[in-house]
Order: sequence, then C-alpha cells, then structure tokens
Amino acid sequence: MEMFPNQTRLIQGNQAMTHGALYAGARFYAGYPITPSSEIAEECSVLMPKLGGMYIQMEDEIAGIAAVIGASLAGAKAFTATSGPGFSLMQENLGFAVMGEIPCVVINVQRSGPSTGLATKPAQADVMQARWGRHGDQTLIVLCPASVVECFELTVQAFNFAEKYRIPVILAADEVVAHMREGFSIPEEGELAVIDRKKPSCSPRDYKPFKADADGIAPLASYGSEYVFHVSSSMHGPDGFSNNDPANAARKIEQLHSKIEVHRDEIVITRSFQIEDAEVLLVAFGITTRASRAAARTAREAGIKAGVLQLLTLWPFPDKEIRFAAERAQTIIVPEMNYAGQVAGEVQRVVGPDRDIRRVNRYNGQIITPDDILKVMAL
Amino acid sequence: MVLLGSGLQYLKEGVTPHMWCPGCGNGIVLAIIFRVFEELAYRNEETVVVTGIGCWGKADDYVVTNGFHGTHGRALAFATGIKAFNPRLHVIVLMGDGDCITIGGNHFIHAARRNIDVTAIVVNNFNYGMTGGQVSGTTPAGMYTSTTVYANPERDVDICALAAVAGANYVARGTPYHGFELEINMKEAFDKKGFSVLEVVSPCPTHYGKNNAMKTPVEMLKWIKNRALPKAEYDSLDPSMKDDYFPIGKLVDKDVPDFNARYDEIRARAMKGRTA
Repeated sequence: MEMFPNQTRLIQGNQAMTHGALYAGARFYAGYPITPSSEIAEECSVLMPKLGGMYIQMEDEIAGIAAVIGASLAGAKAFTATSGPGFSLMQENLGFAVMGEIPCVVINVQRSGPSTGLATKPAQADVMQARWGRHGDQTLIVLCPASVVECFELTVQAFNFAEKYRIPVILAADEVVAHMREGFSIPEEGELAVIDRKKPSCSPRDYKPFKADADGIAPLASYGSEYVFHVSSSMHGPDGFSNNDPANAARKIEQLHSKIEVHRDEIVITRSFQIEDAEVLLVAFGITTRASRAAARTAREAGIKAGVLQLLTLWPFPDKEIRFAAERAQTIIVPEMNYAGQVAGEVQRVVGPDRDIRRVNRYNGQIITPDDILKVMAL
Repeated sequence: MVLLGSGLQYLKEGVTPHMWCPGCGNGIVLAIIFRVFEELAYRNEETVVVTGIGCWGKADDYVVTNGFHGTHGRALAFATGIKAFNPRLHVIVLMGDGDCITIGGNHFIHAARRNIDVTAIVVNNFNYGMTGGQVSGTTPAGMYTSTTVYANPERDVDICALAAVAGANYVARGTPYHGFELEINMKEAFDKKGFSVLEVVSPCPTHYGKNNAMKTPVEMLKWIKNRALPKAEYDSLDPSMKDDYFPIGKLVDKDVPDFNARYDEIRARAMKGRTA
C-alpha cells in the first residue's frame, strides 16, 4: 500500500516496518517468505520496484541474508525479514556481517518454537538467540517494538544504527505487534533523522576498508566506486586481506566490541511510565509492555505505586537504566513470553542475586494479559 | 611494468609463492583469468571477484580487483546481491566442487534459473582438498577419498548438465591441460550476458591422486587429459563408453534475457501501476 505523509491509515506492524525501511532509504530486499513476517516481503515486492529499488525472493533464508550482504557492499541500504526457523538459518551469515562490518537490518517477527513450533503464534523467546546465536566473539544491536508507531520508528532507527556503526541490527518484533493494526500517519521527509554510512574521503590508493577512525568506525566504500576494496569473513587486517597474526586478531575482536561499547548511551533506548515514585517496577519489552502498562494503571487505582520501564533496545542490554530504576523499587516484575526468563535473568544479573525478581512467563502461544501480571502483585 | 598479455597486473604484489600444492590446477586457472581480464580490459573498480571456502576459495587473496570472501557455499547468493544492485559490475564467482555443488547446490540451481549475470568458474578436483581430501558431491562412485576409504558408495553429479537444465545461458567445461581452449571458453563465459558456468576439471595430486593410485602430478593430469574429449567426439561415443569420458568445450550457448533486464521490465510495470 502506498502511503503519503499526514494521511492517517489503519496499518499492520509488518506494513509499518516496511514503510520504516523505505523511509530510511532501503532500496533492496531479499528474503524467503515465512509466517508471521510474509506481509513485509509482499509489501516490498509491490513498493520496491515502484521506487526503483529491488525485491528478490531468494531460494532460502541463507541466500536472503547473503544477497542483502552483497547488495549492501554494492551501496544499498538492504534488509530482510523472517521468523523462527528462518532466523536460525540466517545466523552464520549474520556472523559474517558482524565480522565484515557490513550494515544491514534483519527483522525477526518472533513466533512460538522450538523448531517449527506454533507457527502462527507469538513468543519472545529469541532474545538470547538474537544476541548469542552465532559462534565466536561477536556483538550486534537488537531493538524491540511494542506498537505500530514503534515498528516504524525503530525500523528507521535500526537502519541508522546499522549505517552508523557498520553492524547488522536485528528488529525483534513478535507476531502480535506485526499483525495488529493501529492508526498511523507517515512522518514528513526530514521529520525523523536518516543516517547514511560514512564514505571514505582519502585517495583511493590509501583506502583501507577496516581502518577505524577515532570514533571506532571505518568508512565504507561501495563496489563500483573509485575505491577498490576487499572484504573477508575470515580474520583480516585493516586492508581486508587475510591476517592470522595474534595481535591483529585480538585488535579486531576488541574493535568489533568497543565500537558498540563506547557508543552504548546513544544505542540504548528505554521509555519509562511513572517509574519516578514506583515501588513496583515492571521491566517489559515488545507486546508485553502494553499488558504491563495496563496492569500498572490498575495497580495505581488500587493504591499501589507501579511503573513500567520499557526496553526498546534489548542489546546492548540496558544495565544502567535498569539499575537506576530498580534502586527505588521494592518489587521488580519481569513479564515475558518465554519459559526460561531470558530477560529476567539479565535483570537479575544487573540488580544482583539478593534482589527478588518476580517472573511472569507464558510459553503456550498466548500473550501475557494485565491479569497475569496483577496476580503476581497479589491483586 | 608487466609483460603485455600476461595479465600480471591483476596479481597482488607480495603474495607469491601462493598456497597451492605442486601439481594443483588452481594456479593455471587463475593465470588464465588474469589474461582474460586483460584481454577484456576489465578495470579493478568495476570488477568483483567473489569466493567461498576451500583451496580455490583462497584465490581472492591474490587478486587486485575488488574482492569478496564469504561463508562456505554461499558465494553465488552474495554475488546475486552484488550484481542485482549494481548491474554495471563484472562479477566473477570462484568456487570449488564443494562450495558450488555440494554445500551450495541449491544456490547454484537458483542462480542458473534466475539467470543472474555472473560467471561461475568452478574448479572441480573431485574432493575436499583444503580439509584433507574428503568425499565431495563430484567424487565418482567407487573412487577413494579420506572419508570413503572402502570406495565411494554415492554417485557424482554432472555440474554442467545441472547448470544446463537449470537454465544457464552459457556452459562450458575444460581442464588445465587444455589451457588454450580453456582461455577461449573463459572469455566467452565472461562476455556472456546471463548466468555462465565454466567447469574446470582439475588435478588434486596431494589428496585425490594419492588416494586413487596416481602417485605423481603428471599421472593425475594424464588421467584427466585421457578422459576429456571434445564435445562432438564425446557425443559420437557408444553410450556404453560414455561413463569413462567427459565432454569439454562449449556445451550451452543461449541469449535468454538476464535477471536485471527482466527486473527492469518489472520496474517499468510497477511504475505504471500494473499488478496483473
């Protein structure tokens, strides 16, 4: 569906993510259809060619992320969308995008697993896979929307981070956020910041695609420009060619991490709802944020000072923000749609082993309701 | 200054001697690639050499054009993204039999079906040389490798026949022994719009030869030479004889519009608002 600024339409989260990508300047999509993300592929197949961009349905998700990586090095803002099994298939090449410092965005509309699981039902069980799904020392950025507006805005943000930090960014939506419809009006051009990757300005002879500037990020040329360069999934030096020297390997691994660590405050996004005086702190993300906010409102009506800290950035993990909010709270509750408490475990790490964390977990393909949360507040 | 016609200007400085074993065909194939680059006047800026993993997948380390070295088996999928987004680039994909047809077989079929305008130079040495000579999708039945020490119970796949049936515009086969013919076919493959495949049946004396009673590089090369027949000669063989030989030279030559040309038509339709 074509959309124009200042025209309010009732659209799905999946459509909002597609439009967010286009707003950010994405002109290349390659992927493989999978429920519950397929509307993104369909929408791209309609809109990309209209805008002079390209949509390719590849033979599997491995090829989808591979084509995205190739197109990105040819100069495209490129992305793919998938779910569960497809996200598992993408892990190896996501590791390459980390190693090769290749900007790209992967939308993972989380569904219930393991394996093919409950294919049409929501879950929030890929939090750890998104962070640790690849072998080796690596890090990347994971964002998580809770509404149609956030689907749009965080997709723009995902491209901005990918371009700025030369890193793959994962948008960890879920089936409910992706399929629900809300009124939405696309922002005017320029209303949201759109960032493009830093290009080299040195002479082509001097260009080294992995020689970081003072900000920790190396400029990235495009294939076909005057800059000739080499990119490798194997350990490489600043010139991109194989380099097995231990000192070089250590430097490279450190740089992959430090470029995110030093910009951590720019990357970590949280939103708080009445946490200033909260005695009960709900730490929530994605669709579960909405049940948490409803539960907090009900609790306040009953005289309990409850507040919600929403994590829009899941990785790097919002340690500082959670520690700060947890200082004043007596009770911490983490509701999430997975069995193990993937985020609760991280919150426990942040606040220390002595703090009691109440967990609310669902792993049956149904979303968490405000009542589920109120129950652990003893209301 | 480099010798005119040698293609040596495409060889990266300071990287020789290369890592390939004595008697390996890779160096011969890479030298021919360089000569054809020169003949076609390819500029470094407009050329991307894409490799995967394996002995032949190390070739990008020796090349001064743009280079891309990615994960095992996915070279054609990466190359598809590069070429699809920038059709002005010459995209050359170097794969071994493991990369191309074993782990990456699905991408090979679909690159041919899609008719993406890249050239695949597939060096087929019948086994996994880099990892110590294990069986591959092109190891013939009954032959020996380090993981088929009692003989290979599986059959091999014919790379060229698969490329042809999947829709490649150009398919040819050669060997490092037939260097002159290989150069002609390679030039045709690079020049061809659409998906083109050149399979190079190549010796691996270190592993495949050693495991199959070919004790020297010369014996291994002779084994290949004696089995290679020009296509016309191969076609005239009695069918009972065909298993002992393979055809070399040009096997398929078509001019079906390539993916980018077809996608330009799709863009034109989309901009007019036609969906069906």
